[in-house]
This record gives sequence, structure tokens and C-alpha cells, in this order.
Amino acid sequence: MYHAILFLPLIGALVAGLLGRSIGHKAAEYLTTGLLMVSALLSWVVFAGIFFGSGGEAAHGAETAADHGFMAAEAVKITLFRWIDTGGLDLYWMIRVDTLTAVMLVVVTTVSSLVHLYSIGYMHEDPHRARFFAYLSLFTFAMLMLVTADNFLQMFFGWEGVGLASYLLIGFWYQKPSANAAAMKAFIVNRVGDFGFILGIFAAVMMLGTIDFDTAFAHVADMDGQTINFLWGQWDAMTVICLLLFLGAMGKSAQFLLHTWLPDAMEGPTPVSALIHAATMVTAGVFMVARLSPMFEASPTALTVVTVIGAITAFFAATVGLVQNDIKRVIAYSTCSQLGYMFVALGVGAYSAGIFHLFTHAFFKALLFLGAGSVIHAMHHEQDMRKMGGIKNKVPVTYWMMMIGTLALTGVGLPFHLVSDALPNLGFAGFFSKDAIIEAAYGAHTEAGNFAFYLLVIAALFTSFYSWRLVHLTFHGKTRASKEVFDHAHESPNVMLIPLYVLAVGAVLSGIVFYDSFFGHADHVQAFFLGSIVVDAEIIDAAHHVPTWVKLSATFAMIIGFIMAWWFYISKPDLPKALAKQHSGLYAFLLNKWYFDELYDFIFVRPAKWLGRVLWRGFDDWFVDGVIVGGLARRVKDVTNQVVRLQSGYLYHYALAMLIGVAALITWAIAAGGLLG
Amino acid sequence: MNIINNNILSILTFLPLVGVFFLLIVPGNDDLAKNNMRRIALATTLVTFVFSLVMWAMFDSTNPGFQFVQNHSWIGDDVIGYRMGVDGISILFIVLTGLLMPMCVLASWESVQNRVREYMVAFLILEFLMIGVFATLDLAMFYVFFEGGLIPMFLIIGIWGGKKRIQASYKFFFYTFIGSVLMLLAVMAMYWQAGTLDIAKLLQFEFSSESQYWLWLAFFASLAVKMPMWPFHRWLPEAHVEAPTAGSVILAAILLKMGGYGFLRFSLPMFPEASAYFSNFVFVLSIAAIIITSLVALVQEDIKKLIAYSSVAHMGYVTMGIFAGNMLGIQGAIFQMISHGIVSGALFLCVGVIYDRMHTRRIDAYGGLVERMPKYAFAFMVFTMANVGLPGTSGFVGEFLVLMGIFQVNTWVAFGAAFGVILSAGYALWLYRRVIFGVLEKENLKAILDMNPREMAVIVPLIILTIFFGFYPAPILDATAASVEQLVNQYQMSLGQIGVLADVAH
Repeated sequence: MYHAILFLPLIGALVAGLLGRSIGHKAAEYLTTGLLMVSALLSWVVFAGIFFGSGGEAAHGAETAADHGFMAAEAVKITLFRWIDTGGLDLYWMIRVDTLTAVMLVVVTTVSSLVHLYSIGYMHEDPHRARFFAYLSLFTFAMLMLVTADNFLQMFFGWEGVGLASYLLIGFWYQKPSANAAAMKAFIVNRVGDFGFILGIFAAVMMLGTIDFDTAFAHVADMDGQTINFLWGQWDAMTVICLLLFLGAMGKSAQFLLHTWLPDAMEGPTPVSALIHAATMVTAGVFMVARLSPMFEASPTALTVVTVIGAITAFFAATVGLVQNDIKRVIAYSTCSQLGYMFVALGVGAYSAGIFHLFTHAFFKALLFLGAGSVIHAMHHEQDMRKMGGIKNKVPVTYWMMMIGTLALTGVGLPFHLVSDALPNLGFAGFFSKDAIIEAAYGAHTEAGNFAFYLLVIAALFTSFYSWRLVHLTFHGKTRASKEVFDHAHESPNVMLIPLYVLAVGAVLSGIVFYDSFFGHADHVQAFFLGSIVVDAEIIDAAHHVPTWVKLSATFAMIIGFIMAWWFYISKPDLPKALAKQHSGLYAFLLNKWYFDELYDFIFVRPAKWLGRVLWRGFDDWFVDGVIVGGLARRVKDVTNQVVRLQSGYLYHYALAMLIGVAALITWAIAAGGLLG
Repeated sequence: MNIINNNILSILTFLPLVGVFFLLIVPGNDDLAKNNMRRIALATTLVTFVFSLVMWAMFDSTNPGFQFVQNHSWIGDDVIGYRMGVDGISILFIVLTGLLMPMCVLASWESVQNRVREYMVAFLILEFLMIGVFATLDLAMFYVFFEGGLIPMFLIIGIWGGKKRIQASYKFFFYTFIGSVLMLLAVMAMYWQAGTLDIAKLLQFEFSSESQYWLWLAFFASLAVKMPMWPFHRWLPEAHVEAPTAGSVILAAILLKMGGYGFLRFSLPMFPEASAYFSNFVFVLSIAAIIITSLVALVQEDIKKLIAYSSVAHMGYVTMGIFAGNMLGIQGAIFQMISHGIVSGALFLCVGVIYDRMHTRRIDAYGGLVERMPKYAFAFMVFTMANVGLPGTSGFVGEFLVLMGIFQVNTWVAFGAAFGVILSAGYALWLYRRVIFGVLEKENLKAILDMNPREMAVIVPLIILTIFFGFYPAPILDATAASVEQLVNQYQMSLGQIGVLADVAH
């Protein structure tokens, strides 16, 4: 069964990719979609086994509840075949399935199969559909390899594999120069992260002595106080390892400083944005930190960095999202911001909350992206929200689906639980998972946690604002679209709407149903995860017992954001323009994404090219070739010109010269040989 | 079977010369005769390849010593002999040579039309010399083979090359020759000390400390140029640009590997003390190669030049791995050499495919090829990704092992070399984007045809190998493991002795 989950997408990718032209587009579409649906179904079977199995083992979980440290995870491990086995490395291709993996399997295969289905409708005019579906399936395979990895290197394989698929899919419309540029940017910025990741792997292998996870985790306990000699000094070993690894996570999950590629990645077809740049690939960094949680636990410094970077990202991306005009870019910045939330959860030690948000976010963000795709489809590939508006009745189903996504993203819910312990909380998915993170940040009672708490609450306000802004600009008010576009706006076909329905169910229910397993009582969480991530009972308890105002803060922020968006875009639609004019500097700063692209171009891209040119023309061509070799040649020429004069034409002159030469050579050989011998 | 078993290396080495004989007796010079010549060359190289596989099959990978040994005195009792033998370090280079030669013949099938006979003769002689380099166990013979390879290559570039072929071939010749002269002196000095040129005996001989440094430097002069290491690389881009496709393939895939092989065969085991002493020097040059030539590759306008510079960068990993002096580093270095042989060979073959059609190597003359050449785009993508070192391709395994090995020796070096991870993605994808992606708007490209069956026959096996070794590198790593382990143990032991002596001295 595990083999099938993993390899069905690969088979689909190979058949569609290599035989796409012979079997035709239709066959390729149906085959890849069908295989992925089987894979998704099997993933749910695996997940159900763990989910329902966990209740009975609650007692077992409780036994180890007090144990913060490492506890061997209960995982299914299947060895496939040998990979790199030399010089002390003993590396196999493996499938590892534990609770964390099962959660990811469900997320990846579900969203992926829905995106496949959706793409049949969305891409139906594209002449390269078979290739598109091959890439989608290839991506899914790589992502599954990533989440089923049992060692650092297989994880790195999946990591790079999804990077490749992302590169291919962003650049899918290869005639568009902007798409090509975005694809390259995504790959190269990710490689900056990989630079850290791979060094982190080396450091981990050197210090922990092994490359597979469980053995490495078992050795973490011995690392207390151990130092590593890295570059110019001695550092705490686990801190160095974790920070290097985290650099990789920052690249893949588009965290602050390495985030620049994600908004540009929206150049790819919209289903791709939903699958890769919202639900799955960008969460790989979160997954990685959670998977390596026993290692990160050993380094408070690294965890602080994770918290701070996550909080800054959540805030930064939300501010930029406030003013973007491209419907997909707003959602992209929202994704970036939500990933920041997840990292905060990881950073304060509430790993399960981070994974919970990853899980719910996958549903509602994929829903929002696919809904946006449906809008774009309806508006004839128009993505600028300034040219939309008032299409609510043209695309009613899409409208309501987007509403559900927005309600879930902004975290709408009713905290009945505060009123009475007997009452359950009611709300959309984001309400549960986002509030869990905000409470955990406060509950950590650390400086970094407090810092993160305030930034996250402000970010929640912004989230609410830009989400409703998107809804208002797109669906409400008077239309700003041209008459022709507006008249032709139409609802999408069923093949595109069905995936929306399924995701909407997830966006509504995934929070309330799974809250207890991910962030309920610590014992339940432990029983659910079975050691696949570190479950810190203390932080979960602390989060549950934060003051009431903290619990309500996110909800208030959400309401304020909603009201402001209403005020700005429904009751006083002229206000935003006036405000933008009044604060033109700030507006430009936000609109241009804090000028990161310009900054990086100035300090990295241009100097690299300039340096390359100088080293080529200056060093290689001028110095080595011109001065040294050329100079040598000229000297040789001078000497030979002298020698030419010696040519007298008499044979005996030559013979004498040769004789002298031979004698000299022999003399030297004897003398030198004697000396050396 | 026994006869083959005992003489397999001689058979392999001299088989190409049999082909040369047949080439020379083909009468006439018309199209039919030319075709016959091509077939003879193809048949010869294929048979040689089969024999190299047979040898690999018979090779006992648990035995670290030399196998299939032949040892006959020739000049003097123990001075120069006809000595053959392979171990885990050398065997795969012979197989690689055997693999790539038929592809070179196929790649030249239509693109070479004048002087076909001479061309094929040059290539077969080159194959004879290349196999000889890796198969011989006599230092004098090694030198002859090593230097002899220059001559056919010089002719191939000089006669069948591009516009500036004469200048390029001379530059190629002089750079490599000047280094080699120093090596010849070192060979003589080694004979004076050890009294033999038998490599197996030289490996056991302990060269005096003072002389090691000079001998190491003399070998380095030759091997570093061959490799080529930065800053001795200037000849390579030019030679590649002007060489015909098959010449570039051989140059990148085999001739460069002779440098790495020399370091492994001579520098490290015979001059361990000097190797350890100079290792930091080598590391600095290796990092310089990786970072500087990657930056230079970033701004190239000629496809072949870009790939040539990327070759220099990849060779940086090899030298770094060799002088890391540990199992991971050296295993990685050998793997990287084999993998680079496949991948860079394939990249040059890919360039040859479009060069044959458009007769230009300028990057800006292309664009949007995927529109007309989807198969080609796929192949080029695979090799680009292998060049970038994507896991799942053979390019990753070597780089990874080398970096891991070097990390344990010196984190600065690993840190510097890891920049190659970013930069290689930069230049390789930038090339791919400009050649393959974009709108197909240039008039003369609109009728360009995708790869024909002959080209597929060359490229497809290389795609399969690239991916196969990425997922399952064991055949290569297992073949080299025993010999490398022995090499590492001896190297570490001789360093340990020095360490002990130094301790006593204090």
C-alpha cells in the first residue's frame, strides 16, 4: 500500500511525460488524475488507521507524557534499495510512515488529486497539457519522497525534486519571459537555502555520526555542551546544525530575506500556485523543522531564531499584502505570512500547532487559489483586481467558495468555550489553528514569544483586512471591468467546481474535527503523534491557560480588520486612493515589497555579473593570456630571433653545438643524479 | 577464457590499433569508402567497449591490489618494462573511455566529411593512448601514453576544428607540454632514487622527505594543467570552443580525468608528506576554481565556453576531494570524475546536435528550441540538472561525497565550495533559459528538426546512465571502494608515522 501511494504518481508522471504525445492529452489527464486519486484514497486509509488507532493508545501516550526528550517514534519503515554506501555512510532509499508523515500524505495527495482534476478544466485549451500533468505528478512524487524520508539525504532528494518540479511548472508557459525569470529566481533563491541545508547535513552527520533520523535523534542527548569547529570559531554543535538546516527551511518556505521568489512564482498557472506555492511545497520547511524537532529542541538559540524569523515574516508579508493589486499576489503574500505563523509555533515548541495550521491552511489556501483561478478563468485571464468588481452574481458558486476560504483564513469562529467549559468552540478551520499558534506564542512566556505574539495579532488584523479587501474588490461594488469582459464572465465548469466543494468541506471542518488530536489535551496530542514530533505538554497547557484577553485578541483583530475593509472599500471607496496619496512614501514602500528585489539585484546579482566579467576579460583574457602567456611568447620570439642569427648554414657548426649540448646534458644528469641518488 | 583473462588489458589497449590497420587498407576515398571507414571505426570502438565491460565483469572488487597484471622486462632488468594492471582506481576510466568512443564516432558520422580516414585514425590512436594511460603500470610507459595523447588531440583540433583552430591547438599543446616536461624530470629523479619505474614497486617505495616536495611540485605542474586547475585553465575554453564535437567530448570526459588519475596514482600515495603539506594550497585553488570559474561561466556568450568553464568548476570538486585524503572525499572525487565524464560528454554532444544544424555556438543565436525540439529539450534538461548536481542524477552523488569528506577536514573549504551549489544553478539555468525557452522567433530556427535516430542512439544511453547512477551509484562506488580504502589507509598511516616522528623530535 505504501509503495502504491508513493509510486503511482511517478508512474503517472513517466507515462504522461514520455508517452504523452502518443497516448494523447485526454489519456494523460485521466491517467495521472486517476492514479493520484487512488494514491489519495490510500493515504486517507493510512491516516484513518492512525487517527482511530490513537484513541485506544491514549494510555500508552500518557506514560511518556512527562518525557520531553527523545522517544523513538512508532513508524512503519520499508527499505527499498541501497543508495550511497561508502566510507561509513550507509544509506538506503526508505519509506517511513508515522503520524507526521501520514498527515502530510493526506495533505499532499488530497490537494494534488483535486488540483489534477481542476486542471483538466483550467488547462483545457493549453497545447501542452500532457506535459503539465506529467510535471504535476512528478512534483507529487518528489513531495511524497520528501515526507516519507527516513534520512537527511532522501529528504534532500525530495527537497530538490520539488524544487525542480516547481521550476518547471512556474516556467510552464515558456514563451513568457517573466515566467522564465520567475522560474529561475525560484530555483536559485531556493538553492541559497539549500546551501545551508547541505552544510547542516554535513555538520549533523559529523557530530551525530549518522545520516538516518532515529539514530541521529538518539545521539542528540550526548550533544549537550558539545562544540563544533565551524569557520572561525567553536560553537555549540546543535545550534550550528539547526541554524544551517533552518536556512534551508527559510528558502523553501519563503521566509523573510529568502521570500522574494514566492510572489514571482505566481507566474505559473494558477493550479500550480494552489498545489505547490500554497498547500504543499512551501510547507516543506515547516515539515522539516517538525520532523527534526528532537534536534531543534536541543538548541534554544535556534528555536528563538525560528520564532523571530517566523514572526517577522508573518508581519512583513501581511503588510505587503495590504496594497497588492494582483489577486494571486495577495494570496501569495498571505501564504508567506501564514507560513510565518507556522514557524512561530515551531519556534515556541508547539510543533503540533504548527503542523495543525499547515494541515488546515492547505485546505483553505488551496481553496482560495483555485477560487481565484476560477475568477481569472471567468475574467479571461485578467488578474488585476482593479479591473474586476461586482461579479458576485456572475460566478455565484465561486463567490461562496471564496467566502468560505476567506472566513477560514481570517479565523472566524465563536469562542463558546470561554463562556462555559461544557460548550465547544465553533468556527472555521483557521479559527482553531491560528488561535492555537497565537496562544502558544503568548504561553511560551519568553521574550521571543511575546514579540511574536504582538506581531501575529497585528498580522491577523492585516490578514482580515486584505482578505476582505480582495473579496470586496473582486466581487462587490460596481464593476470596473470592460463591458465585454464583464458580459462574458461565466461560472466555471463542474470539473473545476467539484474540487472547490471538497476543499470547502476541509476549510470548514478540518479545524473543529482535528483540534483535539493536534492541540487538545497534551495526552491526546501525544497519543496521536506517537513520538513522530516532540510534544511538549507544558507549552500546550500554558497555551490553554493564557488570559482571556489573549484568547480573544485574534478574534478582535479579525473583526477590526473586517470593519476597516468594509469602511475602505464599501462605504467610502475613495478613501484608499486618498490615503495612498497622503502617505505616498509608505504606499510605494509596501507596493514595492519593501524594495527587496531592487536591493538584492543591487548587492548580489549585478556584482556577480560584474565580477564574472572582470575575472573573464580581466584575469583570464588580459592577465593570463595577454600578459603572462603573451609575454612569454614575445620573450621566446626575441630569443629565437637571436638564435636565427646563429644559423650559419655550415653543418659542422650544428654538429659542434649538438655535441656541446649533449655533453652538457650528460654532465648535468650525472651531477644531479649523483646528488639526488 | 584464460588467454583473455591474462591478456585482457593488452587486448583492450591494442584493439583500436587493429581498427587503424583496417582503416588504412580501405581503398578509395568516395562516399562508399567513407561510410566503410565510419563503420570500421564504430565496430572497433564497440568491440573495445564490450571488452572493457568484460573486464569489469571479471574484476574482483574486493581485491584492492592490481589485477590482470602483465609484467615483462623490456629495457634493463627492472627499469622499464611492459607492465599492465588495473585496480579500482583505474578500471572505471577504461570503461568510460570504451563507452564514449562509439558515441564520438556516431557524433562525427555526418559532421565530419573531409579526411574521414585520417580523422578516424586519429581517434582510434587516441583511444589506444587513453586506455594505455589507465592500464599501464610502468611510469615510463605512462609518460609516453600521457604525452602521446597530446598529438592526436592536437591534430583533431588543428585540422577539424573551428575558425581559430590553429591558435587553440597550439595553446593546448604548449600549456600541457610545458607542465609535462617538469613531470619528465620528476620521473627521471624518481628512477634515480628508487631504481625502477615499476609503479607497483614505486608505490611501496618511500621517497625521502626533501625530494617529495620537489617531485610533488613537478607532477603538480603537469597534472594541474591537465585537470585543469585554476589558474592553469586558460587553454581549456579555447580548445573546447574550437574542437569538433567529438574532440570536446573526449577532452572533457577523458583527457581531463588523466589529471585526477595522476594525483590519485602518484601524488597522494607516493608523496604523502608533500600532499599533506600542499593540501591547503590545493584547497584554495579548488575553491577558486569553483567560485571564480562559475562566475565567469555566468557571463559567457558561447555555449561551449560556458560548459568548458563549468567543467573547470566541477574539476575543483575533484581536486578538493582527492586531497581531503579520506574515504568520502576520494570516493566522491572518483565518482565525480566518472559522472562528469558522462554528463559533460553528453552536454557537448548536445551542443553538437544544434551546432550541426545551425553552425553557430552563440547563445543569442538560439531561443525557444523547445517549440520545435521537445526531445532535445528534455535531454538537455536532464544533463543541465545533472550539471547543477540535482539529487537523483549522477552529478549529485560525487559532489555530495566530496563536500561531506571535505567538511570533516576543513569547514572553511566546505563552506566556500558549497557556493558552487548556488552558482552552478545560476549559469546552467541561465543557459537553458536562453537556448531552450522563450519564443521561437528567429527565422532560421523555425525549420530546425528534433534529434534523429542516430543522435537519439547517442544521447538516450547517457540519459539512462545519468539517472541510473543518481539513484543507484553502487556499481561505481563498490568497484572503487577496496582500492580507495587501501590508498586512504596507507596515506593516513604514512602521515601518522610522520606525526609520531614529529612528536618524538619535540
